[in-house]
Amino acid sequence: MIPAAFDYYRPKKMDDVIALLEQHGDDARVMAGGHSLIPMMKLRMAEVPHLIDLQDIEGLSDISVEGGKITLGAMVTQHDLINHAGLTAAAPILREAALQIADPQVRYMGTVGGNVANGDPGNDMPGLMQCLDAQINLVGPNGTRSVAAREYYEAAYMTDREDDEVLVSISFDTPSGGFAYEKQKRKIGDYATAAAAVQIVKDGGKVAAASIAMTNLSDVPVWSEGACDALVGTSCDAAAMKAAAAAMLGDIDPSEDNRGPVAFKRHVAGVILTRAITRAWDRA
Amino acid sequence: MTEKMHIKLKVNGEDKEFLAEPRELLIYALREKLNITGPHVGCETSHCGACTVTLNGKSVKSCTMFVAQANGAEITTIEGIGTPDALHVLQESFREHHGLQCGFCTPGMIMRATKLLEENPTPTEEEVRFGMAGNICRCTGYQNIVKSILAAASELNAAKEAAQ
Repeated sequence: MIPAAFDYYRPKKMDDVIALLEQHGDDARVMAGGHSLIPMMKLRMAEVPHLIDLQDIEGLSDISVEGGKITLGAMVTQHDLINHAGLTAAAPILREAALQIADPQVRYMGTVGGNVANGDPGNDMPGLMQCLDAQINLVGPNGTRSVAAREYYEAAYMTDREDDEVLVSISFDTPSGGFAYEKQKRKIGDYATAAAAVQIVKDGGKVAAASIAMTNLSDVPVWSEGACDALVGTSCDAAAMKAAAAAMLGDIDPSEDNRGPVAFKRHVAGVILTRAITRAWDRA
Repeated sequence: MTEKMHIKLKVNGEDKEFLAEPRELLIYALREKLNITGPHVGCETSHCGACTVTLNGKSVKSCTMFVAQANGAEITTIEGIGTPDALHVLQESFREHHGLQCGFCTPGMIMRATKLLEENPTPTEEEVRFGMAGNICRCTGYQNIVKSILAAASELNAAKEAAQ
């Protein structure tokens, strides 16, 4: 498998990255760990005449947990996420999700920024970031801007990011309450048949707040406001969970592929969400 | 065709320099430019792990890295951890416990296992299976691979204790 030829750049400064992107437009792509982009280039499904490797840009691998705010640099790897004690204490759902991505070798290279930026419906981090109501921070020729993860995804591989912008970090408030990342996959290394990210805040035996996002069940991740509303104010009993699953099923739009037909995916989505809610509630 | 790049790598402690197109995959640079044929080309799609090497302290699949990305890196392959006369503990353990049949996956298995035991010197069976999940074997059914790694862990720990 030999990808099409490309010019390779490894700049040390973000300004140089932006300049290359401005110069080459959509003929240029930035690469973090490369574990989504390189397979696509090998299959020649992605052609990248100008490949910009971000590994020498300083400050993109920082994890900051302070003052109730978490910021993850784009080049933080899944391996880093799993092994950062402070982060796991503050937002344990990240570790639970990262451990379900691919395999150890891929997690050493695969980054949170690449996973979020790529826009592949199968990636786990986009749904997770919608659950956490994260802000996606981009830098471009006109400076920096932030976009809510819930607004970022337009269609498969299509996001709000412009061709001359780079995703540099993701930030969100430290989540509170119970959490669960539940994923059904056929085997290690596969994308989800269905996955659910859930955070629940409990107060006086009732659900005070809930956030629910689903992965690989539409061409974009799906944050289901209806499913959240179905839980809030209830004691998270069977009827509430059933209502939440029904609301979620109204928001997703899975398509048939080698993981199964639409009816099967909808069935699995309901099962996975119910399990995730149950576990998050137990931990709340 | 793009211009060739001047690539520098430190492989198994030796400095190597050569010219390569940036799109060349690390596995092919190792095998064809440097004649280091321990890392194998299995699936070539980052699923099987036969091409696993240690690069700057990480287990990576060398079929999913451009040689340009690896430029400047320190790499260890199966050739760098033992010799036929002085096998690495894991190599000895795989032989002792029949942790291979055809042997094709073994260099990747052992390289991944070296890193696994470095990060977790006392793994449970479950942790070994989870930590080796990126390496596929089509012969053994994994039982003896897991046994070999657990036995190597015990041996390394016993040696460490004895040294103290």
